[in-house]
Amino acid sequence: MTEYVLTPEMIGFVGTVLKALLVIGMALQIVPGCIYFERKIAAYVQHRLGPNRVNFTIGTLRYLMPESMRDSIPEGLARVKLIPGSLQPLADAIKLAFKEEVIPEKADKLLYNLGPALAFIPVGTALCFLPFGATLVVPDMVIGGVEVQRTAIEMSVSNVVPGMLMLLAVSSLGVYGIACGGWGSGSKYPLMGAIRAAAQMVSYEVPLGIAFLIALASVGSLDGQEIVRNQAETNGGVLGWLIFRQPLAALIFLVAMFAENNRLPFDLPEAEPELVGGYHTEYTGLKFAIFFLGEYCAMILMCGLFTTLFLGGWSFGPFEATQFGPVSLGGWITPEGGIINTLLSIVVFSTKLLLVLLLQLWIRWTLPRFRYDQLMDLGWKVLTPLALGNLAITAILITKFPNFTFFA
Amino acid sequence: MAGSHDHVEEALPPGKSFSDRVYLPAVMRGLKLTVQKFWGTVTDRHATVQYPEVGIYDASEAERAIGHPNPRYRGEHILVKDEQGREKCVACLLCMAACPALCIHIEPEPTPPEWGDRERRPKVFEIDMLRCIYCGYCEEACPCDAIRLTPKFYTPTTSRTERVYDKERLLENNPAAQVPQRPAK
Repeated sequence: MTEYVLTPEMIGFVGTVLKALLVIGMALQIVPGCIYFERKIAAYVQHRLGPNRVNFTIGTLRYLMPESMRDSIPEGLARVKLIPGSLQPLADAIKLAFKEEVIPEKADKLLYNLGPALAFIPVGTALCFLPFGATLVVPDMVIGGVEVQRTAIEMSVSNVVPGMLMLLAVSSLGVYGIACGGWGSGSKYPLMGAIRAAAQMVSYEVPLGIAFLIALASVGSLDGQEIVRNQAETNGGVLGWLIFRQPLAALIFLVAMFAENNRLPFDLPEAEPELVGGYHTEYTGLKFAIFFLGEYCAMILMCGLFTTLFLGGWSFGPFEATQFGPVSLGGWITPEGGIINTLLSIVVFSTKLLLVLLLQLWIRWTLPRFRYDQLMDLGWKVLTPLALGNLAITAILITKFPNFTFFA
Repeated sequence: MAGSHDHVEEALPPGKSFSDRVYLPAVMRGLKLTVQKFWGTVTDRHATVQYPEVGIYDASEAERAIGHPNPRYRGEHILVKDEQGREKCVACLLCMAACPALCIHIEPEPTPPEWGDRERRPKVFEIDMLRCIYCGYCEEACPCDAIRLTPKFYTPTTSRTERVYDKERLLENNPAAQVPQRPAK
């Protein structure tokens, strides 16, 4: 009857490409906003105003209007700024793009050029394994003589089953980029920054990984979607989120997350007063921009991971508790697997992610930098034993009381 | 006062109590403080003056700003006028002598006979603002309160010769007029 058949494989392939574009697009869109809000928050916390010069005004909108109507906007109104300073990240990017590219004479050219790419690629890859929405189901249907077969599209770019394990493995490779950049610069400050970064990231990988394990053990799965579903179904919604079931693990993960991202209070690799700029001291122009981008994407990745593991991912609390749908956002708004349901879950995920991101920025402008020995003490003497103890208790609880959903 | 002192003696030294060792209560206090500061900036006060558009002496902006420009700031000079609008200066050259940067140049001339109250006035009174170190010694040396330093500091020019202020410019050197007006588009 129909000439063409869209098999699940074909739909899945197209879906994967679209999802990849969506994730990368979202991540790259969040970065400028993140930079803008970081600068604004910094300014407001310090009684300043922050960037407020580069922006569109209402007068800019004139150019969208027909010529005859342009004078209808009064001059006073035309000067009103639309989100003051919102184009500052764009201006910065243009500035960086036009900067002269200086390669130090003593640099190891290969490693120097490889550094920014190696810092960004693992982060971009790891974003593939993040589950960011509820499963979309394309039903059996016929559109314009094309038969579409029923397909379930998981809302993560790659839905390999040990996705979370892959994510952790790949994101840890980011330290190679920093090490390459620091070593390849052929200068002492970047080298020291890179050494610090490597030591810090390797050290904090331990508590981070163990906190990760605790979450995985509580859920009993390595599949991102399964982790979210489990949180949504347990304890009737919000209380099933692992931040309530495993508060200590969530705290450890949060602290280790800051250290992994080299964010204040653990930004020793970039400590300006000591190391000029840390591992990216010798980088200019777009290479520096890529380092910067990788750093912010890593922040977004870690915030997404925290959201998935401890904040119930794309599930939204109150709705899960209804009798209509155990999993999806709107069991009673839309049918599970529907497009609206998926879109809403993506919005919920993004909102949670942005809130965690906001917490990162907020902490940054609150806490001073740790000393290096304090950093190592916190990682090895406090967080690691705590995480190990928590893991042991969780393991015992899981084996002895399999039906007890709190703290296990 | 005494009560708080006793309290300090009873407590463990800073950093030794359990809550200090856990570190999280301090973090929470810090987060609360930064939110308060943030909200304070949103609702009420900030230190930024939108400078080229708004002058630092603009009253409405100064009320919002945390720091006011100090009226005793030593910026550019002004020659003070008397009640009849004449310069107070009697060309005694004391400021010229006191100036460590040798930036003041005065040529005296006799006053017109109808003035009556003084014998000399400056024919030429020039201050080289590029040489001036804004120390204020001229202000201290002046016996007639004829020269003062004002908080005016915004004085860009396009040439060096413009930085040598003559008598007319010094007499009209009004600090309130220092905000450059943007030409209307």
